[in-house]
Amino acid sequence: MFDFLSKYDVLGAFWVTVQLTLYAALGSLIWGTILAGFRVSPVPLLRAFGTAYINIVRNTPLTLIIVGTLLGLSQTLGVTMGTNVLDSQNFRLATLGLIAYTSTFVCESIRSGINTVPVGQAEAARALGLGFGQVLGVIVLPQAFRSVIAPLASVLIALTKNTTVASAIGVAEASFVMNNMIENESDKLFLVFGVVALGFVVLTLPTGLILGWVAKKVAVKR
Amino acid sequence: MSKAISILYDAPGPKAKQRNILYSIVFVLALAAVAWWIVTMLADKHQLDAAKWKPFVTDSRVWTTYLLPGLQGTVIAALLSVVIALPIGAIFGIARLSEHVWIRVPASVVVEFFRAIPVLILMVFANYFFVHYSSVPLESVALFAIVTGLVLYNGSVLAEVVRAGILSLPKGQAEAAAALGMRKTQTMTLIQLPQAVTAMLPAIVSQLVVIVKDTALGGYILGYAELLTQSRTVSNAYSNTIPTLVFIALVFIVVNFALSQLASWLENKLRNRTKGNRTTVNPEMVEEQAPGMKM
Repeated sequence: MFDFLSKYDVLGAFWVTVQLTLYAALGSLIWGTILAGFRVSPVPLLRAFGTAYINIVRNTPLTLIIVGTLLGLSQTLGVTMGTNVLDSQNFRLATLGLIAYTSTFVCESIRSGINTVPVGQAEAARALGLGFGQVLGVIVLPQAFRSVIAPLASVLIALTKNTTVASAIGVAEASFVMNNMIENESDKLFLVFGVVALGFVVLTLPTGLILGWVAKKVAVKR
Repeated sequence: MSKAISILYDAPGPKAKQRNILYSIVFVLALAAVAWWIVTMLADKHQLDAAKWKPFVTDSRVWTTYLLPGLQGTVIAALLSVVIALPIGAIFGIARLSEHVWIRVPASVVVEFFRAIPVLILMVFANYFFVHYSSVPLESVALFAIVTGLVLYNGSVLAEVVRAGILSLPKGQAEAAAALGMRKTQTMTLIQLPQAVTAMLPAIVSQLVVIVKDTALGGYILGYAELLTQSRTVSNAYSNTIPTLVFIALVFIVVNFALSQLASWLENKLRNRTKGNRTTVNPEMVEEQAPGMKM
């Protein structure tokens, strides 16, 4: 019954999904933290930039962003992302689009985490003469991160599911291979759906459970 | 908001003001450099030619034949999805609160399953399902598939919203209803659900933003004539990829921004409507909710 699976690289496709998720997660964690720093910074211009970026990007469909990286960035502007191989170029473009989009959710999570840190912490830090960078980097952010593990886990899981959008520009991840499989094996529609769905459940459910446990473990008791 | 955040730094003195201006200038220069790079690239590829941007202003056909029908397609798919998903979400949300294990557990499994898998997978599956196992005319299969996918996914998300909305009510409400001799069904439909709906309203509106964005995904992959799909026709007709993408993005941003503003306006209004600690389901929570985690 499952013979047909050997004809397709299902595991390879899920490996691409995992890679997309990990690279995009790392990138959007970094860029999202920087954006959060912008949004709480003392420089009005940086705050305005952060707010504008968030409002523009999170209201744009991810599909439009990822298609835009291919049609606009790559095909029209000729950005090659440091490779000429079409497959890895599309992979990198999709990662870029996912980072741009996901970082807005990371930023908002971290910003809400900053708000959970008691006022006294920042006040004490300022009383000691720390500057904004030190208050944020040494005192507030470390505590904020501990309280946003659960929201960040939700973002990570949403990101895992959003990697399927990369199939819009032909990245051979799980949903792309699913489409191929169904087209060729139309009699096994339910089986194919079941296998791919199971793959995503296996990816997302443990992430939620493990990170939910971690979140409880490291939460700052107040 | 600025008050809560300004605890991170002191009110700027003369030195700090100078430093802030310096940072601003550096940032503006960096932004200008990026903008300059983009503009020269665009000009190189002839994407800034007036002829490519003009159609959006001068040629009304761009709007009447492509973009407005596209927007209509987006709105139809989104509204159908939310209207069908709401009652399904309500049923599953209430079922998850049931006292009977044989109702609660299956409902939980269904909700968690459909939240754990990507909406695109659901749409693709529904697409081939309608092609092979139904008599839906081929030209409307894409719409059916998109709506089905969105209903399955958002139904389960809304189930969580409904559950959170009902749980957010004070316990005294259900207890008072029980004291009046109401049955559990009466308590739910007459007391808890009507109050929960108001608490959920902001979250439901902001879920619409997610739905609108996901119609673009389904439309693009399955070839349903919504806004993003129409962009391909426009940019083929006028060979203006970048201007079209920019305009389509603008339309999406305006629609979604208006919806998010409506959601936060509703939230404020509902919170201030009564003196007591009225709870609302936080709209921010909905979009990126992890399966297996309590709200």
